[in-house]
Amino acid sequence: MSDFVSQFWNLYVIVIVLVSVVGCWVFLLLQSKATFTPGVPTGHVWDETLEEYNNPMPKWWSWLFVITVIFALVYLALYPGLGNFKGMLGWTSAGQHTVEVAKMDAAVKPLYDKYLAMDVKAVAGDKQAMEMGKRLYLTYCMQCHGADARGAKGFPNLTDSDWQWGGESTQIVETISAGRMGVMPPHAQLGGETIKDLANYVRSLSGLPHDAVRAGKGQTAFNEAGCVGCHGVDAHGMQALGAPNLTDKIWLYGSSEATIIETITNGRTNKMPAWKDFLGDAKVHLLAAYVTSLSAK
Amino acid sequence: MLKHEQIEKSVALLIVLTLLVVSVGGLLEIVPLFFQKSTTTPVEGTKPYDAVRLAGRDVYIREGCYLCHSQMIRPFRAETERYGHYSVAGEYVYDHPFQWGSKRTGPDLHRVGGRYSDEWQRAHLMNPRDVVPESNMPAFAFLANTKAKTTVGADIEKKMQVMQMFANMRNLPTYSDADIKGAKAAIGDMTEMDVLIAYLQGMGTALSSMK
Repeated sequence: MSDFVSQFWNLYVIVIVLVSVVGCWVFLLLQSKATFTPGVPTGHVWDETLEEYNNPMPKWWSWLFVITVIFALVYLALYPGLGNFKGMLGWTSAGQHTVEVAKMDAAVKPLYDKYLAMDVKAVAGDKQAMEMGKRLYLTYCMQCHGADARGAKGFPNLTDSDWQWGGESTQIVETISAGRMGVMPPHAQLGGETIKDLANYVRSLSGLPHDAVRAGKGQTAFNEAGCVGCHGVDAHGMQALGAPNLTDKIWLYGSSEATIIETITNGRTNKMPAWKDFLGDAKVHLLAAYVTSLSAK
Repeated sequence: MLKHEQIEKSVALLIVLTLLVVSVGGLLEIVPLFFQKSTTTPVEGTKPYDAVRLAGRDVYIREGCYLCHSQMIRPFRAETERYGHYSVAGEYVYDHPFQWGSKRTGPDLHRVGGRYSDEWQRAHLMNPRDVVPESNMPAFAFLANTKAKTTVGADIEKKMQVMQMFANMRNLPTYSDADIKGAKAAIGDMTEMDVLIAYLQGMGTALSSMK
């Protein structure tokens, strides 16, 4: 099927291309048949002594010109260029991409298959697999988790032993494949004083300096305001919901009283995108192994 | 027959013949593109920019994002592995003007939609080094200080009407009059940063699940 909306444009392209190419050749022939009187100035003089001659074109130059015309015609026969004519090689940029990808996929597939069949933890111990994992990580993951995998505010550190959504191999694979959506609802309705109490209680859980009276009131509020629903009675969090452990010294958004107050007041929403469709199982497997290896160090 | 000397001595003739010669390339390489199905038919899933994204797109253009970011993934494995499916002409039918760019100081953005969370985009625009310490992108924190309705969204109805006119000229699906009437309300109190993020998150999503 023609890509042009009408046959006119097909002919339009073919005619202009051929007339231009052949026209160049004809022009060259006409010029080479013209009569010249070599060595005699035309009478045009510039800048006092700069004179113009009318000599024939050098032979080597004329031949180069002929070669470019022949090259153009051969090229147009082999590659698409003449309207709807697809060229004898059937080349397309999309086709070239497909071949390039297929060739590379065939070359790396045995390697990917080998690692896909292995347990994530075993892959994490494989030196070559971790070289591959590191390259994948630096291409797809470092924008959020950092080149050193230590994360940033709101983006988890992957080198520690704390797991918001679980550190088992299957959980890591699930996190990368399907993504995660973490939602801490806003609690502004509790009022500024209660929120400050809660912040002090949360700080006390991690052994940070706090106001003991406020922390005591905060503990009561923690149990009554629904915090336990996600973070648990012991505040150890709940990996099924991505609710962080509040008793450790690891902070996703920051441990200052002001930051904790901001977190409780406005809530937090964060999302890990799903990578399964884009990367495929084999690469997800390698990445899960790489992430596992980071915290094993 | 026309002599070299005649052409050289008549400025008008020289102008006409020069124009004829230099226009061959454009007549051949540009004009037929307007009459090709692959360049004029939207790829399935490509929709006109809604009011919010259209305003966000204007922030993108105003801040000169195109100077460092391209929106054109070439059909090479090295690019499709990193960015996703290569760009095709039918994805740009609603881009007036297109934002292909010509230089990548930063990465290509054609399939950035959904690649990162909204929170990442916001943190990154506020200060790129908060999330990517190696980044040399300038911070755009000031975008959070201005309501879009006072700048890029101020004449959003008019902008949409122009886009609607372009689409109608080519018989493409476009905004309904209700869409245009609701444009101001859709933008509401969003900041310039909000509308820019909305634009970024919608980018290249028509083919994003393919590779």
